[in-house]
Amino acid sequence: MSALPNKKDKFVVVGSQADHAEKINKPSLSFWKEAWLHFKKNKLAMFGALLLIVLITMAAIGPHIVKYDYATNDLMNSNQPPSKEHWFGTDDLGRDVFARTWEGARISLFIGIAAALIDLAIGIIWGGIAGYKGGRVDEIMMRIADILYGIPNLLMIIILMVVLGQGLGTMILAMTITGWIGMARIVRGQVLQLKTQEFVLASRTLGADSRRILFKHLIPNSMGPILVTLTLTIPTAIFTEAFLSFLGLGLNPPLASWGTMASDGLPALEYFPWRLFFPATFICLTIFAFNVIGDGLRDALDPRLRK
Amino acid sequence: MIKYFGKRFFYMFLSLLVIITATFFLMRLAPGNPFTSEKQLPPEIEANLNAHYGLDQPWYVQYFDYLKRIATWDFGPSFKYKGQTVNDIISEGFPVSLALGIEAIFIALALGVLLGVLAALYHNKWQDYSSMIFAVVGISVPSFIMAALLQYIFAIKLQVLPVARWDSFAHTILPALALATTPLAFIARLTRSSMLEVLSNDYIKTAKAKGLSRGVITVKHAVRNAMMPVVSYLGPLSAGIITGSFVIEKIFGIPGLGSHFVTSIQNRDYTVIMGVTVFYSILLLLSIFIVDIIYGLIDPRIKLRAHKKGA
Repeated sequence: MSALPNKKDKFVVVGSQADHAEKINKPSLSFWKEAWLHFKKNKLAMFGALLLIVLITMAAIGPHIVKYDYATNDLMNSNQPPSKEHWFGTDDLGRDVFARTWEGARISLFIGIAAALIDLAIGIIWGGIAGYKGGRVDEIMMRIADILYGIPNLLMIIILMVVLGQGLGTMILAMTITGWIGMARIVRGQVLQLKTQEFVLASRTLGADSRRILFKHLIPNSMGPILVTLTLTIPTAIFTEAFLSFLGLGLNPPLASWGTMASDGLPALEYFPWRLFFPATFICLTIFAFNVIGDGLRDALDPRLRK
Repeated sequence: MIKYFGKRFFYMFLSLLVIITATFFLMRLAPGNPFTSEKQLPPEIEANLNAHYGLDQPWYVQYFDYLKRIATWDFGPSFKYKGQTVNDIISEGFPVSLALGIEAIFIALALGVLLGVLAALYHNKWQDYSSMIFAVVGISVPSFIMAALLQYIFAIKLQVLPVARWDSFAHTILPALALATTPLAFIARLTRSSMLEVLSNDYIKTAKAKGLSRGVITVKHAVRNAMMPVVSYLGPLSAGIITGSFVIEKIFGIPGLGSHFVTSIQNRDYTVIMGVTVFYSILLLLSIFIVDIIYGLIDPRIKLRAHKKGA
């Protein structure tokens, strides 16, 4: 480079040396490390993650730190406002709302996570096979998914709950019967995109069979979008649980979930608002936490969205 | 284009058939026969009842009868309330639900687009941040919690709006707002990201270079093009409004189809559950299909894709 006729003090020519051109200054980071660095910068998502950790911790220890049990009735002390004795007050049967809230947290989180994981398992298998095999198999499998995708989700869940009867297992079953399709579509799209890349060809040349290519190469490389979808499925399931409880299709008493607590608390809104306030607040906080984490993950895992 | 719509129509039809078939057979699996809750019936009367409703026929006859009846827009009788048919319930409740739904869609669209456009125009300024925080909160608060919150604040504490029932325009405000919250937040986010994309296009620069005012650029050039994803969201939006109306109508004591549906679920009135489900499904699939057609008609770019897809 020749010296430029610029203001000397502002512009210094550093020149270039051949051995420096190839030098990598930044330490090489794995995909996940880099994603974490991006995620960490997202304040809202970090707040969501922190919130979620608090919620999960409280779900684990909450029912044990008060001396009341979530299912024991105490009719002498029904509908007590929050106090030193009952931190979140009591409900119409005198049950401690604090204990019930965290017992409910366990069930609501369990429903959300279980439904999401089952969706994930079916979605990966269905979408993975459809995308990897391609051609006729893909055509048939995705047409089936398309037809099911057209079915209004909540309506089908309601029908299934009416027929199967109330309960934790039937609720998760009803949610997953239509829930896996979104995940299957995501996985298929990813696999379709990845399977033509060279590392797959390389693996095949080295003698890997289809199953190994699919589960060792294609699925792990699709983990980003899968993780985002997973994170966003959990709040949907928690919402659906609460929704079904409102329709009288929730869990059987004395089991407490946030949905059943909120739907029990609603008629008492005028005089005993805390019975609705606590479960409702935690439903919102949990959905909020998962939503912002999901958004944060999407920004962090998709390099195209980075600024 | 026509080929594409034909294909879409065919899939809609198949989805509908799956729904009708699934509900029909699931309802047959439901515990108890339709008359179990009534007093112990003498066997002759039960046989008569079964014959009257065609329940003594083999399942395939019943199934094809059901399909035929739905094709002629007859959703069957209620087994719990004598003399009342699902068609009666629909014609009584649906106009109310429709009015509420349209009001909610209007609120969601108007405010959602406004928020989204503001957020995009003031990208990375406080307007943007506050709209997006509002949107993420709106998505996180389920409609029934929003309903309870609005009821508590505006009806019980401030007493400026009626708590429940369905008499005047004032009665419609709170339920429509509660129903609109989540879709409003979604539309705001959709509009924002689509506006940001549109605003970075060259034709916006051209418009600026021509000396057009900011208002003209925003309204005539940007918003019109940014509306495409919002139009395609109208299908899911109507689905959300319909399912949302179940709980909202119940909370506010509105005599719409949604609250009738919830009552029939609680009474285990199987034929009504089935009929209303099928009615809602037809409604939803049709609205999604219509949105698809509108989308294809207003966006010339879609034709190209449709041909590729059809090939």
